[in-house]
Amino acid sequence: MTEFLTLLRKELLRFWKVGFQTVCAPVLTALLYLMIFSQVLDNHVQVYGVRYTAFLIPGLVMMSVLQNAFANSSSSLIQSKITGNLVFVLLTPISNVQFFVAYLLAATIRGAVVGSGVLLATCWVGGLNLAEPLWILVFTLLGGALMGALGLIAGMWAEKFDQLAAFQNFLILPLTMLSGVFYSVQSLPAFWQELSRMNPLFYLIDGFRYGFFAVSDASPWLSFGVALGFTAVIGLLSFILLVRGYKLRT
Amino acid sequence: MSLSAVSVRQVSKTFARTRQPVHALHDVSLEIEAGEFFGLLGPNGAGKTTLISCMAGLCRQDAGSIHVLGHDTRSDYRAARRSLGVVPQELVFDPFFSVREILRLQSGYFGIKQNDAWIDELLSELDLSDKADHSMRSLSGGMKRRVLVAQALVHRPPVIILDEPTAGVDVALRQGLWHFIRRLNRDGHTIILTTHYLEEAEALCGRLALMRSGEICALEKTETLIRQFAKHRLTVRLSEGGFLPPLLAASAQALPDVERSWQWTLDELSDIESVLSALRESGCRLEDMSISPPDLETAFLKFMDNGVEETA
Repeated sequence: MTEFLTLLRKELLRFWKVGFQTVCAPVLTALLYLMIFSQVLDNHVQVYGVRYTAFLIPGLVMMSVLQNAFANSSSSLIQSKITGNLVFVLLTPISNVQFFVAYLLAATIRGAVVGSGVLLATCWVGGLNLAEPLWILVFTLLGGALMGALGLIAGMWAEKFDQLAAFQNFLILPLTMLSGVFYSVQSLPAFWQELSRMNPLFYLIDGFRYGFFAVSDASPWLSFGVALGFTAVIGLLSFILLVRGYKLRT
Repeated sequence: MSLSAVSVRQVSKTFARTRQPVHALHDVSLEIEAGEFFGLLGPNGAGKTTLISCMAGLCRQDAGSIHVLGHDTRSDYRAARRSLGVVPQELVFDPFFSVREILRLQSGYFGIKQNDAWIDELLSELDLSDKADHSMRSLSGGMKRRVLVAQALVHRPPVIILDEPTAGVDVALRQGLWHFIRRLNRDGHTIILTTHYLEEAEALCGRLALMRSGEICALEKTETLIRQFAKHRLTVRLSEGGFLPPLLAASAQALPDVERSWQWTLDELSDIESVLSALRESGCRLEDMSISPPDLETAFLKFMDNGVEETA
């Protein structure tokens, strides 16, 4: 257990030591999104019968959770690979399960810390309820775990920082931006609605938002099932790659 | 039968990343006894680091098996890794942490909660006490190298692998490091060393394996290897205007960079007398003379140049 707790502690310290960059910067980004969109749309748009700004906040919080969970595991792994210091973990008796859980948990915690920061920084806007707090917790954990596992895959696969940036810019960013963070998918044309429903991150954001307003585009149980399924599949894939030492052990 | 510290059996490894597969290890077998100070030598690309990586689990062999103190490095990897401390060849470090933080983390990776007393001793032995709270980024190359050594020793492993640990370390610190490693060896730790400083290997290692092209081509006690492949050498420098008669010159080698200097390789130390008497009889007057004992560097170069067949 000490091995696991040490690796988890190291992963948490790693992002906390550069907290200005890893926590404050994404909170500021979310705040800027909120300020711009609320200025433009708050007087014109209502979703689920709530003000647009209030509708937007849970989306921004969950987007921050997802992006930062991904960033934590992927950047930690690729930095350690490129600088070579991953060897200090690979030489130890830390098991694959311990390695996997420590990285996933650290990613989830960073996502939750940044998400809480965004929530604290934006809740002054008002209009937010905590209708179903358990769903908020469940989707935070699922989102963090899913993106942490995806970050592990990206970190193992990428051999250079620009490959990781490509993964982030061409996969993670479109998936998060087109997942209903800024809008309800019901306001989209039928084709785009269907397309959105194929995006697993849509279910995470929609389910998370349900926790605040008790209203959502999809049933929270459907969102839970889809998110759980994707988390299990991506988690299993990343664990298999880890056990095989994919691009970690030659 | 005593348990080997490291047992390597018919290990092969091929890297197939490029079009031309590289056979890094070919059917390597090796037994290193507990308590040995063992040297693994060979030119660059011989397979030393690949073999060490296979022992440490950083690299997975295609065939064969490796046991560390009886633990299979594949099926019982956790116990095998607990028994092993590895100083990697590359100068790698984690820029986020101080020296003490790194050593505490490394202790934790091996399941050790409280290790400050041993960490302080390591820092003192490696002359790092005043750098304990410094960031790794601020240390010189030699200091970073010593932190690598401390990281490898933090869990008091019975088997220690040092992959070129003194590269870039100054002479005084190198002496201090070897003094410490010798002490660990006296205390019962098995040491496996790769180095390009052959005088270090000669002074420290009781037994050597020479590797070439992924194979072990010699496995002998250090003194046996030296005796087998190196001889005494007699070097003389003739006085100004001196001239070596052709008959004598035929049995000697002119030293290219030193004027009027010649060297004889002696089958027996007693052959000195016959060379000197021949010089006397030829009227040669000597300005300087020296006798070099057989050394590992000469043996190594001769072995590698001649492609001597396996002696193990």
